[in-house]
Amino acid sequence: MTTFAIVVFPGSNCDHDAYHAIKHVLGEDARFVWHKETSLSGADAVILPGGFSHGDYLRTGAIARFSPVMAAVTRFAAGGGPVLGICNGFQILLECGLLPGAMLRNRDLKFHCEFVGLRVERTDTPFTALATAGQVLRMPIAHGEGNYYAPPETMAALEDEGRVVFRYATAAGEPTELANPNGALHNVAGICNPARNVVGLMPHPERACEAAVGSTDGLVLFTSVVQELSERGELQAIQAGAAPGARERVAL
Amino acid sequence: MSYDDAILARHGLSRDEYVRIIDLLGREPNLTELGMFSVMWSEHCSYKSSRVHLRTLPTEGPRVVQGPGENAGAVDIGDGLAAVFKIESHNHPSFIEPYQGAATGVGGIIRDIFTMGARPIALLDSLRFGPLEDPRNRRILSGVVAGIGGYGNSIGIPTVGGEVMFDETYAGNPLVNAFCLGVARRDAIVRGRASGIGNAVYYVGAKTGRDGIHGATMASAEFDERSAEKRPAVQVGDPFMEKLLLEACLEIMKTDAVVGVQDMGAAGLTCATSETGSRGGVGIDIDIADVPQRESGMTPYEILLSESQERMLLIVKRGREAEVESIFEKWDLHAVRIGQVTADGILRVRDRDTIVAEVPNRALTDEAPVYRRPMEPPANLDELRRLPDEVRQPLSRPNDVLLSLVGSPTVASKRWIFQQYDYMVRTNTIVAAGLGPGVVRVKGTNRALAVSLDGNGRFCLLDPRQGTRLALAEAARNVACAGAAPIGATNCLNFGNPERPDIMWQFAEAVAGLGDACRALEIPVTGGNVSLYNETDGRAILPTPVIGVVGLLQDASNVRGRVFPDEGLEIVLLGDGAGELGGSEFLKTIHGVIRGVPPALDLARERALQRLIVDLISRGLVRSAHDCAEGGFAVALAECCFESGGIGAVTTIPGVTGADGMDRVAATLFGESASRVVVSVAPAEVATVVAAASRANVPATRVGRTGGRAIRITIDEQVVVDLGLSEAEARWTAVLSNWLDGQAA
Repeated sequence: MTTFAIVVFPGSNCDHDAYHAIKHVLGEDARFVWHKETSLSGADAVILPGGFSHGDYLRTGAIARFSPVMAAVTRFAAGGGPVLGICNGFQILLECGLLPGAMLRNRDLKFHCEFVGLRVERTDTPFTALATAGQVLRMPIAHGEGNYYAPPETMAALEDEGRVVFRYATAAGEPTELANPNGALHNVAGICNPARNVVGLMPHPERACEAAVGSTDGLVLFTSVVQELSERGELQAIQAGAAPGARERVAL
Repeated sequence: MSYDDAILARHGLSRDEYVRIIDLLGREPNLTELGMFSVMWSEHCSYKSSRVHLRTLPTEGPRVVQGPGENAGAVDIGDGLAAVFKIESHNHPSFIEPYQGAATGVGGIIRDIFTMGARPIALLDSLRFGPLEDPRNRRILSGVVAGIGGYGNSIGIPTVGGEVMFDETYAGNPLVNAFCLGVARRDAIVRGRASGIGNAVYYVGAKTGRDGIHGATMASAEFDERSAEKRPAVQVGDPFMEKLLLEACLEIMKTDAVVGVQDMGAAGLTCATSETGSRGGVGIDIDIADVPQRESGMTPYEILLSESQERMLLIVKRGREAEVESIFEKWDLHAVRIGQVTADGILRVRDRDTIVAEVPNRALTDEAPVYRRPMEPPANLDELRRLPDEVRQPLSRPNDVLLSLVGSPTVASKRWIFQQYDYMVRTNTIVAAGLGPGVVRVKGTNRALAVSLDGNGRFCLLDPRQGTRLALAEAARNVACAGAAPIGATNCLNFGNPERPDIMWQFAEAVAGLGDACRALEIPVTGGNVSLYNETDGRAILPTPVIGVVGLLQDASNVRGRVFPDEGLEIVLLGDGAGELGGSEFLKTIHGVIRGVPPALDLARERALQRLIVDLISRGLVRSAHDCAEGGFAVALAECCFESGGIGAVTTIPGVTGADGMDRVAATLFGESASRVVVSVAPAEVATVVAAASRANVPATRVGRTGGRAIRITIDEQVVVDLGLSEAEARWTAVLSNWLDGQAA
């Protein structure tokens, strides 16, 4: 059983959706971690969910990065633990520097809620290991500020290092202007850090885990990380360990 | 101290009402008390013109857990759960400041729901605007939509549907009616009621500022050219604060430390204290010096009347205060004890050592004046109900007429709007916005709830009683088309100045029609809202009762939507009609008139139709279902094809003899006869469907098949409509974005 920590900031509103997807659809373990906590209580993977943390006041994700829990998330990421930032969670990862770049308002200055096509660029992250490169996933977006921007040198580094994980694309897999809902540079929908264990994306995989709500294409992100963790053999090693909290230390 | 007419007028009080206040108090009120009476006796809070009529509505039924009179109504949905819902208007603020007016309308209705201990799970909005040709109307629409999205998206409650219509009369007075649905454990519903002498009265949420003072009185006055100067009376919303309040309140309500909760909406602290007190038959004693204030130097008058948003009043059990405070602390909210419950029935307001107001709770609430205002049908009604000769001409170019109708803003796709709403958050939305009524599953059960908001001001102008019967029937039919049995109704009654006998007549007729239809369809009314004085410069809006119906779908996996899911399906028209065109979209769009008599409605047949559809869907016998409404059969058929991925339809329908001398083809294609639904059925199931309809005494006509790339309709062996689907759909899709893209919010 993989345990996902779902960090709850004041104003998070996709926390319950992530919990539902992991616990009730995937059958894995999920627990909420309040933003004032200083430990991830031995989680195997961390999700920063979508929403409007701190009301998006000042700037999306700008206040959440100062929450006590973010020090633990940063330590967890530094130790190689898989971290997924979804929508506002992605914005928080940008603000706290775990991922590069920034979000501008959507190019038409409007909030967009719709299904988009998402081309999988890389399968060498813990969240895409079971996907196929070039595969187009159908997932919803729901954001007003998802227009990804990074300076040219950063953008070049992201492309050179293969750190663009998802791109907005047509159903046929073409990353066209028309398929780009928000104006993001290079149609970037999701990226990862150099170590590839921290992934952020604007679309909502947790909303695409059941046919009843429109798509099951988001499941692969979660099944990938479950598989990845069990392959690493960490779970067994950790379960053999003793004290509660040991998992986090092992991951470090 | 005595007040002159000017002061009374500024408080929206008549001399007679002032005399009544003196009688109730046994003395003259001080200015603070006068302000309290002013807001509590405003039309908005007291329902003084509408109450005698609203009393006639059916409010009981086996599922009713909470009827009118509380923050929201509630009906049982099985599994120990209740659906909690209500609709409320925010018309006047949305005209003055569209973004904040609409946003705070959404915030207010959400508070009404979680105040009851329910988790809000869906929002819908019924909107009316003036024609898009006028940039001012476009600005209002853009601002309202951005405001609804700005609040709902941020707080994380999906906006799953609603309706939008256009008419000239809404130009100076748009309508913004916000609906919220929540789910609560039936036995854990919390009321807005104070009880327990000595229990603590807590204030929690945003600090009190000077915004929104006299909002309730503003909502009870007509508009004129000076209304734009009333901007300080519109509140500013903070969805983040409300999200914290929502989570904290729901967490607190899981304990049993709270006996009553009320949000501070219209009339603010005055309303919250006097209503909880009077419902519980107790007094409330508060010290306003303890009320958290955003500005310095606020007077008791201002603090008591402020309509600052995101504030709640809680009645906490004695001895449980620390528990409640600690939960609020967790959410970084500051809960302040401002007073306690007393036995004497008096709302006593202190400012430290001084008593600044002392009024019986009942005087502010139950003893508010009730008016039986004079009523008289409008003088021009007979003329309006006669069709002018020029509309009777034979229909030429039906293809073009259909194109015009699907391109009318009222019929056109609302994607430009709902795409700005997060309609999926909480992952319960099982019919995407725009594809049918809003449908959300109830996690932890197999069930789902469907909601439809409907109102047709044109029908109501021509016959308010019939128009309202039709609105209730349509809302119920729409949830039935998703597969849900209607179980409860709420209403938002938007009318002009009730002091005018013709407006009061429209109102009374509408309420009578609503009661009539609810009784016949056995749908109880569990609450609602009245918005009067919707006039600008003496011109009233179309009388617009908006009816919200909640339906229960026993098995969420059976849900059906509007769109044809496949080619090669049989299309069956359930129901029939005379093809009435009175008050139709056809007459408005093609001839520019609102004339004639609205369609007939046989409620027994309507009920049979709705039960049949729910039954057929529960047995998996229909693949899609869509009601015939604005634009009649032809538009309904086109809408079934739109967003299907290019599935057309080839149909032959029996011609009807146009009523009132109208052209036969126009009546057959565009007549808006009630109680009709277009369903698609797998060929193998058609015989079963037709037989079931026959047993239910519902006419069922096999009219054609899905498929092809055109919308084709044959009448009397003549192909009258043969329209490329892509052309029609492009027209339907582009209307709003053509008008509104590039429009700054």
